[in-house]
Amino acid sequence: MADNKEELEAFRGEAKAWLAENFPSSLAGQASAVLRAESVDRSNPDLDVWIDRLGEKGWGTPTWPAEYGGGGLSQLQAQIVNQEMDAIGAFNPLTITAGMGITMVGPTILEYGTEDQKKRHIPKICKGRTFWSLGYSEPNAGSDLASLQCRAEDKGDHWLLNGQKTWTSGADISDWCGVLVRTDMDVAKRDGISFIMIDMKQSEIETRPIRLIAGASPFCETFFNDAKARKDDMLGDLNAGWTVGKRLLQHERQSQTGASAGGGGGTKSSLQGIAEKYVGLDSQGKLADSDLRSRLADHMMEASSHKLTIARIVAESRGNAKVSAAASILKNAASTVTQNRAELLLEIMGHQGLGWEGDDFSAEELATVRTWLSGKAISIYGGSFEVQNNIIAKNILGLPENTQRG
Amino acid sequence: MAALTEEQTLLKEQAKTWARDEAPVAKFRETRDSGTETGFDKGVWTAMGEMGWPGILIPEDQGGVAMGHLTFGVVLEELGRQLTASPLLASAGIGATAILLGGNKTQQGEWLPGLADGSRIVTLAIDEAPRHAPLQTTMEAKAKGDSFVLNGSKVHVAEGLSADAFVVATRTSGQPGSEEGLSLFLVPADQEGLSRKGLITADSRGYANLDFSNVEVPQSALLGDLDQGNSILERTLDCGRAYLAAEMLGVAAQSFDMTLDYLKNRVQFGQPIGSFQALGHRASMLYTEMEMTRSCVEAALQALDDGNEKAAELCSLSKCKAGKFLHHMSNELIQMHGGIGMTDEFDAGLYLKRARALEFALGNEAFHRDRFATLRGF
Ligand SMILES: Cc1cc2nc3c(=O)[nH]c(=O)nc-3n(C[C@H](O)[C@H](O)[C@H](O)COP(=O)(O)OP(=O)(O)OC[C@H]3O[C@@H](n4cnc5c(N)ncnc54)[C@H](O)[C@@H]3O)c2cc1C
Repeated sequence: MADNKEELEAFRGEAKAWLAENFPSSLAGQASAVLRAESVDRSNPDLDVWIDRLGEKGWGTPTWPAEYGGGGLSQLQAQIVNQEMDAIGAFNPLTITAGMGITMVGPTILEYGTEDQKKRHIPKICKGRTFWSLGYSEPNAGSDLASLQCRAEDKGDHWLLNGQKTWTSGADISDWCGVLVRTDMDVAKRDGISFIMIDMKQSEIETRPIRLIAGASPFCETFFNDAKARKDDMLGDLNAGWTVGKRLLQHERQSQTGASAGGGGGTKSSLQGIAEKYVGLDSQGKLADSDLRSRLADHMMEASSHKLTIARIVAESRGNAKVSAAASILKNAASTVTQNRAELLLEIMGHQGLGWEGDDFSAEELATVRTWLSGKAISIYGGSFEVQNNIIAKNILGLPENTQRG
Repeated sequence: MAALTEEQTLLKEQAKTWARDEAPVAKFRETRDSGTETGFDKGVWTAMGEMGWPGILIPEDQGGVAMGHLTFGVVLEELGRQLTASPLLASAGIGATAILLGGNKTQQGEWLPGLADGSRIVTLAIDEAPRHAPLQTTMEAKAKGDSFVLNGSKVHVAEGLSADAFVVATRTSGQPGSEEGLSLFLVPADQEGLSRKGLITADSRGYANLDFSNVEVPQSALLGDLDQGNSILERTLDCGRAYLAAEMLGVAAQSFDMTLDYLKNRVQFGQPIGSFQALGHRASMLYTEMEMTRSCVEAALQALDDGNEKAAELCSLSKCKAGKFLHHMSNELIQMHGGIGMTDEFDAGLYLKRARALEFALGNEAFHRDRFATLRGF
């Protein structure tokens, strides 16, 4: 894993060659078409071919240890793989097809899991074939997660789970779920919580999809009615779930900073093109709506500031970026930029940006309105905008905590 | 600026109660889910007719009750609160205004009584592109002997599927961008060569795209003077903008009330979330914005009633201000509700979708900032 210049360039050559040989060209540039927000489009069989090859190589999880099926690459090498993928329109579908396995659960198992847990769970995640969901939120425990009530009882050879979770993304299609449960009712809220990994394929777990304002039903109410989990599937120690769970949330945040999402591949400049198409240019070649023009420029500047900040953090960490409280800053900046972009796109398209169905609207127009709506969730999940600000105030700025804990 | 009269206050109460009890947002949801093409419930519209609301702007000798713009706006605001869908704004508001301002005795006699009791629907066909730009009208109306032949298309026409006739903006001379050369025609929806297609939109209302293929209309279909349609058009649009602002105020005010209610009742960390200053201050700012918006909305409608020379400027002000507030409010509605705000079962999404459709109608915020500056002379 040497990171000197020559070796890295040699590695770039290897990566290029491997990708040229293994990435199915029919998928080039198809990332957003295939990995749609509502569901993965599996109509092209090459997608499965690509998932298998990438999973086999371990490059869907490039920096994870090779002994558990990861790529075993350094962060700089992983960056090179990313760059070379970008260059040919390739992408990593595993971050989506594994649900929250790659972005959140996996890194936490690697950190807190026993050797046996790593061996049983990590390779399957690396292959991109196990879909993980995450059962944190409950009707009365959202931002105030520590108030959760869903409980697990020790039944000697297994854990018995009872209670309700809500807003569980992908619960209905998931193979496994990481659940935060109460294991001790008699101690302070945060001291009686544990993290349990549970097999979702059992009839004692019921999932009811909830329709979202964008139309699709990507999340569920999840009910545990005497559901069973293996005794050795508790992640971390008994009643240490708050620490494990919070660590996982930091990984979640990190994955939502915009940093690891392949840079939002290919969508940045299109805003300008779309504006030119719908709004037109004046005789001097400026966007015909000067008001929109300056707001668009402002948005692009904000997007650049966000990107530059990510780049600076990576540079300052010398290729060894750690998951930290700084993720809160980046997550809030990312959600502001993303949501603002969607609003601008809608405004640019005017009435055509508000189509719902039918051939009177282009596919791009229909996608715009759905993306706009589903994007409203970015500042709610993974710790809301306000909760991130509380974290920044407390953990970064060292401001005193008052009654407004979060 | 005058406060609401006693009569207006009473009607406001009546409209509020009626909308809440008879045409609440749950009814709109039903209409949406049933996939009704026209986007509104017939019974709701009939009931409005019985209460005389479509006749608010129309003189008594034409079957109306002549209560003026502010009164009309007060009703629209209350309907906006419940997202009550009906052709009231597009037909009894904008369609009727165009005929009142531009129609001759015959045209008024033919159309106004039906508009006043709600039995007929007339709507304005103006936009030709996704973004409102009335002076860019290019649709051609060519003189041919004693008649005119219309060719072209109009998009996103409000209540376009249920209309009995359209007030169509056309260009009879001049270049796109010029005020000269615009002419308005009153065209029955069943005129030969005119076809329409309903749209399925995020706000689930009844819009249609219209296609005119050699639609021949007699001279008597001209509304106002040939080539001089813009002055009527502009005044009609201004009225429409003031009405939209009133509806937007209602949509936003209800969003505010829902949010405030949630801030008081949703408990996290052992206390109502409204006790967190991060949220409380934002609610206070939204409330302040709402009060400012109300002043603008009422002033514009009052100016229309008074024939005030500043009416145009006030109409742009109120459309812009209401747009800004509603934009902000609809986003906060979702954000402050957290996960539940994202679900279709909860009403927030309906308000959000309606909010953007209203913002874009007859000019968005940027359009009206620009027009305001032009009217101020800079
Ligand atoms: C699309 C989507 C997918 C999701 N997927 C998952 C999932 O897979 N698994 C899972 O467990 N959960 C998931 N969630 C749930 C998400 O984590 C919660 O919605 C989130 O934690 C907020 O909780 P809540 O909805 O109960 O809102 P509340 O906590 O009730 O918050 C309501 C409002 O109050 C604000 N607020 C709360 N506390 C404070 C405070 N102290 N100071 C200032 N403001 C405050 C919030 O920011 C918000 O604006 C998902 C949510 C969405 C929308």
